[in-house]
Amino acid sequence: MYHSIVLVKQVPDTANITGNVMQDDGTVNRSKLPAIFNPEDRVALEMALRIKDQFGGKITVMTMGPPRASDILRECLYMGADEGVLISDRKFAGADTLATSYVLSEAIRKEGSYDFIFAGRQAIDGDTAQVGPQTCEKLGIPQITYLEEIQKVEGKTLTAKRKIEGGYEVVRCTLPVLVTVIKDAVEPRPFSAKRVMAFKGAKSLMEIEKMAEGNSLLYVDQLRHEFEARQLFIRTLTMDDLKLDADRCGVHGSPTKVYKVESVVLAGGDREMIEPTKTGLGKLVDKLMEDHILG
Amino acid sequence: MANFFLENPDLQFHFNRFKLEEIVGIAEDDYEQSRTYRYAPVNYADAIENYRKVLEVVGELAANRIAPRAADVDHEGAQWHDGKVSYAAGTQKNLEELSQADLMGMILPRKYGGLNFPFTMYMMATEMISRADASLMNIFGLQDIGDTIRKFGNEAQREEFLPGFCTGEYTGAMALTEPDAGSDLQAVKLQAYQNAEGKWFLKGMKRFITNGNGDVLVVLARSESGTKDGRGLSIFACYGRDGVVVRRIENKLGIHGSPTCELQFNDVPAQLVGSRKFGLIKYTIDLMYRARMGVSAQALGISQAAYEEALVYAKDRVQFGKSIYTFPAVSNMLIEMRVTLEMNRSLFYRAAQVVDRKEKIEELIEKRKEEGKPVTELVQDLRQVTAMAGLMTPLSKYILTESANKITYDALQIHGGTGYMKEFRVERLARDARITNIYEGTSQLQIVALYGSVINDIMRAEFEKNEAREYRGGLTQLAASLKEIRGLFIDCLRYVNEKKDKTYQEVAAKDLVELYGYLVIGYLLLDEAEENDRKVFIANRYILTSLASARRNAESIKSGVFTDLLHADSILQV
Repeated sequence: MYHSIVLVKQVPDTANITGNVMQDDGTVNRSKLPAIFNPEDRVALEMALRIKDQFGGKITVMTMGPPRASDILRECLYMGADEGVLISDRKFAGADTLATSYVLSEAIRKEGSYDFIFAGRQAIDGDTAQVGPQTCEKLGIPQITYLEEIQKVEGKTLTAKRKIEGGYEVVRCTLPVLVTVIKDAVEPRPFSAKRVMAFKGAKSLMEIEKMAEGNSLLYVDQLRHEFEARQLFIRTLTMDDLKLDADRCGVHGSPTKVYKVESVVLAGGDREMIEPTKTGLGKLVDKLMEDHILG
Repeated sequence: MANFFLENPDLQFHFNRFKLEEIVGIAEDDYEQSRTYRYAPVNYADAIENYRKVLEVVGELAANRIAPRAADVDHEGAQWHDGKVSYAAGTQKNLEELSQADLMGMILPRKYGGLNFPFTMYMMATEMISRADASLMNIFGLQDIGDTIRKFGNEAQREEFLPGFCTGEYTGAMALTEPDAGSDLQAVKLQAYQNAEGKWFLKGMKRFITNGNGDVLVVLARSESGTKDGRGLSIFACYGRDGVVVRRIENKLGIHGSPTCELQFNDVPAQLVGSRKFGLIKYTIDLMYRARMGVSAQALGISQAAYEEALVYAKDRVQFGKSIYTFPAVSNMLIEMRVTLEMNRSLFYRAAQVVDRKEKIEELIEKRKEEGKPVTELVQDLRQVTAMAGLMTPLSKYILTESANKITYDALQIHGGTGYMKEFRVERLARDARITNIYEGTSQLQIVALYGSVINDIMRAEFEKNEAREYRGGLTQLAASLKEIRGLFIDCLRYVNEKKDKTYQEVAAKDLVELYGYLVIGYLLLDEAEENDRKVFIANRYILTSLASARRNAESIKSGVFTDLLHADSILQV
């Protein structure tokens, strides 16, 4: 029996960037892009599910994000997670990896005991691959990044294969551990139809507040209890709930500022004919070295 | 992410028009089941939301996982080695994921692990899966076997077999045909005998059995020795592992992912399902309704896939400095395909709702009988809906499978020479479509099945009501065209009846059935056009084309051309 925490993120679908979605401050206007489940985080959840399939236990999924990030927590429930936690506060907005990892590590601390923390290697919006390792550093536990395959879990020991340049290495460490997984590690399972039907109505506190806003007959506390009783409440944590230092959250706690974002298109331009002779090939090598492509 | 449900406006259109209150109410015991099962709906709106969400799951699975594997599945195919059948790697993966997604028992009761979905929703799922990989439908669709056991088996059998279907642990097969019993199932010979303790065993051969390597087989066998017709047949359930030998699998034109097996039963222990002697005349015929609908859904999925391929190709392909999409000859073909596709869907989902209603009313009657409540009204209702199912099911099968052949043919044509090459998906689609109007009853047999309903004009009252209706704007003109088609039909029917020549009637049946089909579909499309402006185009193209075809049908009936069948031997002289 293992308790796994999976860190997930809702990201803009960067594969389909259209129109003017970049803002003046260099950040992305998320509302203008379709939001999706970060692909590698889904792989991380699959890893956790396999641990659970094999050894039993529990999976808690956490995300820090705006209220609509509940969408991906529901998706986690559809795949088999036991519980979703939404960490959301206006004061978290504009967080870089440092501020994000601070909030996440505090939320994880609050969870109490756990054996594994799974996270995707990186999110497709920032591509930093920093949040996993930074969270881990703050928690003071071992980490395995670029995890490709779990080879063995035995008692409190994990043996795993991690991808390195030009090959892989096999490492072993004690639990609890944080691992970040790469995209091809395992193929995430599809949603279970039964779970989709059972959890489609799961709601976070913000969503319940929104429900109550439009109807004076509904009271938030009462609704919350109802959702909790039906196991449809997505636990929601704010800055106050976590008793966080406001200076370390959101924009205030983020030394990284995006200076500029541009779309770089690598396109072929000039064309040069090289004779298929020894001299021709020599020239080609020289040219490539000149352009720092070779050497 | 691509999604065959969310990104298909026509499926959305039909989904949003479904009127399933009665069907869902019966299936959910007035929503009592939600007390026992977390995933059971609490009311009708919740049920619809469940169906929508689950169809989204199917659409996602079909588009992003199953479809990308289809070319490899086709290339690799199912394999036979030393009596063992293995699926293509992609098929195996597809089945695993369908099981993980809880989709292998969509129509089976929750009690055994199923989703308890209406047949109509199952058909929508089948259409999308077939669009992704037609050959997968043959295995996915065999959850019908489980449903046959549910309907006609006893509780012990349900408890024994159904959970395995729901989890995907079992795949099934329906073993009906034999070397000498294809379309003519009355000729089935496979022997079922009892030992001294009354246990049943099966002995004999079956041929052309889709997924005959499956774990659980439902077998049509001769339980009454000495009999020669359908009344001596019963159905049995047995395990493949208990001595069913797969002698070979067929090397087919299409649906390569689906193994078609020749089976040898060497004294295989089996259980009688339902009552003796009702195997063909009741159970198999009942199973056929659903199987024919399944094949119609398969044809529809293939048609959708082929249309999509043709549309994308036509837009991309530039000749004479222009996209070929802009050439009238090509855009006209695309419109024809699209209109056919949409009229197929209108017919099919109406038929699905009719079959759904028939099954649910049957269930309700059973339940009421057990409770000792009166059923007279329901029985009356059942008679009507059964007659409608008897028309709509073969009509769908006939029209949709012939359409799939035409649509894949045209889609390949739009591709020109490249379409003939294996690199393009349309080549596979054309091969896969070809079986749909053959198996589960050929088109010719669908016409035979339809003939009774057609010559008895069973929809007369409804047609007459429609003729008296007022339609908006230009639809009046189309209604007038349908009235003209009906005139032609009545005229031809009289002509054929008066001819009193059985051979002539049998040949003219095709034209008569087609005439009737234009009316059934034409009015469905008019209804849709009343609600939706875009559908006016569909109704217009379909009804005007049908009027022209109807005149041709009438002409061929009344020209007396078929009298030359008397001289068949001379014409076909060697």
